[in-house]
Order: sequence, then C-alpha cells, then structure tokens
Amino acid sequence: MYSDKVLDHFSNPRNVGEIPDADGVGTVGNAKCGDIMRMYLKVDDNGIITDVKFKTFGCGAAIATSSMATEMVKGKSLKEALKLTNAAVAEALDGLPPVKMHCSLLAEEAVKAAVEDYMKKHPEAVID
Amino acid sequence: MNRIYMDNAATTAVSPAVLEKMMPYFTDIYGNASSIHSTGRDARRALEEARRKVAEVLNCKPNEVYFTSGGSESDNWAIKGTAFAQRKKGNHIITSAIEHHAVLHTCQWLEKQGFTVTYVPVDEFGQVNPADVEKAITDQTILISIMAANNEIGTLQPIKEIAAIAHQHKVLFHTDAVQAVGAIPVDVQDIGCDMLSLSAHKFHGPKGVGVLYIKQGTRIDNFMHGGAQERGKRATTENIPGIVGLAEAITLAAQNLEEKSARIAGLRDQLIEGLTAIPYVRLNGHRTNRLPNNCNISIRFVEGEALLLRLDLAGIAASSGSACTSGSLDPSHVLLAIGLPHEIAHGSLRFSLSDTTTQEEVDYVLKTVPGIVEVLRSMSPLYADFMEGQK
Ligand SMILES: Cc1ncc(COP(=O)(O)O)c(C=O)c1O
Ligand code: FES
Repeated sequence: MYSDKVLDHFSNPRNVGEIPDADGVGTVGNAKCGDIMRMYLKVDDNGIITDVKFKTFGCGAAIATSSMATEMVKGKSLKEALKLTNAAVAEALDGLPPVKMHCSLLAEEAVKAAVEDYMKKHPEAVID
Repeated sequence: MNRIYMDNAATTAVSPAVLEKMMPYFTDIYGNASSIHSTGRDARRALEEARRKVAEVLNCKPNEVYFTSGGSESDNWAIKGTAFAQRKKGNHIITSAIEHHAVLHTCQWLEKQGFTVTYVPVDEFGQVNPADVEKAITDQTILISIMAANNEIGTLQPIKEIAAIAHQHKVLFHTDAVQAVGAIPVDVQDIGCDMLSLSAHKFHGPKGVGVLYIKQGTRIDNFMHGGAQERGKRATTENIPGIVGLAEAITLAAQNLEEKSARIAGLRDQLIEGLTAIPYVRLNGHRTNRLPNNCNISIRFVEGEALLLRLDLAGIAASSGSACTSGSLDPSHVLLAIGLPHEIAHGSLRFSLSDTTTQEEVDYVLKTVPGIVEVLRSMSPLYADFMEGQK
C-alpha cells in the first residue's frame, strides 16, 4: 500500500519535535479523519527557514508527509515554503494511495499556517 | 523475523489437519455431487458426511444445515430471505447498532426496498439490552437479528433471552455467530434460534465457505437461484473441498473447547492487564462477558494506523477501528456506538488470539507495545498539549 519512501519517513521521521522559541507555529486539523499536525519554524533575518520541527497525531501517511514537508522547506525562503503543494510532497514520497492524498494536504496546510503565524508575529517582514 | 499473528478475528490459518482432509477433494474425489456416476456419488457422500458432522456440533438435524459461500452470504440470505418470505406478514426488522456490515448493509438495503429497520443501541460495554429489543417489537415485526459475539470488541450478546422474547411475539430470530463458533460453545437448541450464520475461515477452516442453519419449518425465500443443490434452496455446484474443510475444522474446534478457550482467555487476560497498565489506555468491550480471544483497547493521543504500521515493523499483526484505516475515514461504528469520542476511537487496537497463540507471543507483544506507544506519543501534539495541561 505505501511506498518504501513513505515507510522510511514513517519509521524514521526527520525533524520530529518542538522548537521552544519558534518564530512561527501552525496547527491544522483534518476535518475528514480528525488528525492533527503542528509545524514549528525558526526563521532568520533574511526570511530563510533555518530550522523546522513537527508533531503529528495521525496515520502513517500523515507522519511521513510531515517529515517530508519539513525536509522540503528547511533552508528555503518563506516565499518558497508557501509554494509547497501537497502534490509535491506526495510525489517526493513516490506517491500515496488515493485515500491518503488528503493526509498530504495536512502537511501543506501546516507549513502555510506556520508561515502565516510568523507573518502575524513579524508584521515588518515582507515576502517577495 | 518471527511473525506474530494476532488478527484471528479477521481470519485464521487453515490448520494442517484440515488441509489434509481437503486435498483429495481437489484432485481425486473431484466429482459433481449431483452426478449419477460413482465419482459424483463419492462427492455426494463427502457432502452429506460433512453436513452430519456440522449438525452434530451445532446440535441440529443435518437437513437444517445449508452450506453457503461464507458469513456474508449466510447473513444476506437469512435476512433478505426471511424479509421477502414474510413481507405479507409485516415489514419491520430489528437488529443492533453494532452488527457486522454484512447485516447492517443488508438491512440498509432492505430499507430502500420498503422495509423498516430498528437499530437498537448498546451500552458502554457493547451489550444489547433485551428489554430494548422487546420494546421495539410491533405488529409488523418479522425478524430480529442480533449477533452472538461482536467481531471488534468481543462482547457477547444475550441471544438466548432475545430468542425467547422473539418467539413470545411470534417473530423469527437470526444470530450472526461468525465470531462465536469455534471460540465458545454454540448449540442452536440451547440458543433457540431459527437461523444462525457461521464462517469456516474464522476457526482454522478455508475461506469462502460457511453455513446458514435454518430450523426446519422456517419460511425463507431462496437467495441464490439456479440448480437444485442444497435441497433446492441454494443453487451452485457444491464446493466440496471447502465444505469438507469446514466440517473438519468445526469438529476439531469443538474438541476440548472449554479447555482451549480457558487457556486462550488466560492469555487474553494477560494482554488486557498488561496493555491497560500503560497510562491512558482503556479496554473496549466488557471485561468478562467477552470472547476468550479478543482484546480491544484504545490508546489515547495516538492513531491506530500508525500503531498498526509500527507493530507490523516489529513483526506483530493486529487491527484497528481507526478512521484512518477504515477507507471511509469514519471510525468504526461499533466504537462510536459504545460512546467513544472520535479521538479515542482513533487509537483503537484489536488483538485477536487463536489456538496457536503462545505465551511467548503474548510476552513479546507486552514487551513491544509500550515502546511503540511511547515513540508515537512523543510525536503527538495532543499528548504534548495534554501533558502541558497536567502541569
Ligand atoms: C461477525 C461477522 N459476521 C460476518 C462476517 C463475514 O464473514 P465472511 O468473511 O465469511 O463473509 C464476519 C467476518 O469478517 C464477522 O466477523
Ligand atoms: S491523516 Fe487520517 S487518514 Fe491520513
């Protein structure tokens, strides 16, 4: 059912945990199945994501997509992070079963929510 | 890696003794039981011998045993067959909220055909209250179908009492005993049912073969139309290897059943006690009034599919009623019916044992699960928030 990459990210998730002094935190829930994902960002003065961590209450695909999404936005600018799509995360994991595509949406939304939280806390920041 | 199979409520391995009995009927005694020649007659003999063996275990007459393609067909036949045969008498059926989908979806389909169905609720342990069943009976009621034992949480139902109530009101009673047969003694006279479903693959027999017991004199329409097999009640050339396997499996299961289930219940109790000792883990179903081979728990702050995948990586096969494993993205109707909130139904795990389950396997599960729970909780935002709130 799951690709080897999904199973790898599920069993050895990258960037699990919290960032106590995070610059942006986003929590999103999946209305469909009730799962929850939280993303923490550390952002430098140039708007680059220097660190990212996650916590997820959810299925194997939810955990694997969280892990992959953190890898995909780490070291990127906020602008690039906002461009992350769930399809790209799923593709980076060599695909997801159709019933599990909504789990990857959670990862996209969690990144966006964390960036928005950063923007709210740093009104001086501009994304261009 | 040694694989530990604790998903016997889903299906069981065919036992070697059963397989051995079946083998000649694929290659040597392959005849059609309806044929006149000796190849056919040999198959017929095996068929009737199998029917006699099943009748002996169920304590009924051989001509009350009808072979089917499994539990789902038996349930469909019992319910649709009586509904249509009795529709002049009435159009109301009573069942419970926690039946298997083979019963629930059949009833839902009948509602579209103009029948009305009452789904009686269950208590927090998953028990049907016979008084609720009696209250639901109207002058239109033609059938009551309540399962003997629930497949998810293992709760046993008071089917003897419900059968008696049904008969006081001249209503037919069917029970889905798919999880009960092979796990606990099942005697159709003692229960007093008019119909009973069972399925071979739940007690170390082959898949795709089951039985519907139909008490002599019960009016029921045919479900499978065609040839005159099963005394004109169910068409299709008989699956002789499967039927022989079912008969052997049910006979073996009935031998020393009490001793065997006492041993399995002992292992189950170790699982229940060991797993509920993990903080924020609860038992689902009744503590004692349950199948000897069923342990169903909810582990808070973690999700069932993630648990199953981690268990699988550790060599343990189990199952879950979590929304994420359901395909429909709703948690199990059984867990919701016993009143679990979605997020607790989410972390449910079912371990179901069999005759072949060993003490070592139970020890390994008890040793492995706490670590898996800890890892998943360390990733869970809900757990973090909860622990924060506790401070
Ligand atoms: C209670 C119950 N009823 C019916 C069935 C369906 O049986 P089968 O798989 O033989 O169709 C099952 C098996 O999943 C069951 O547990
Ligand atoms: S998050 Fe529930 S199915 Fe994936």
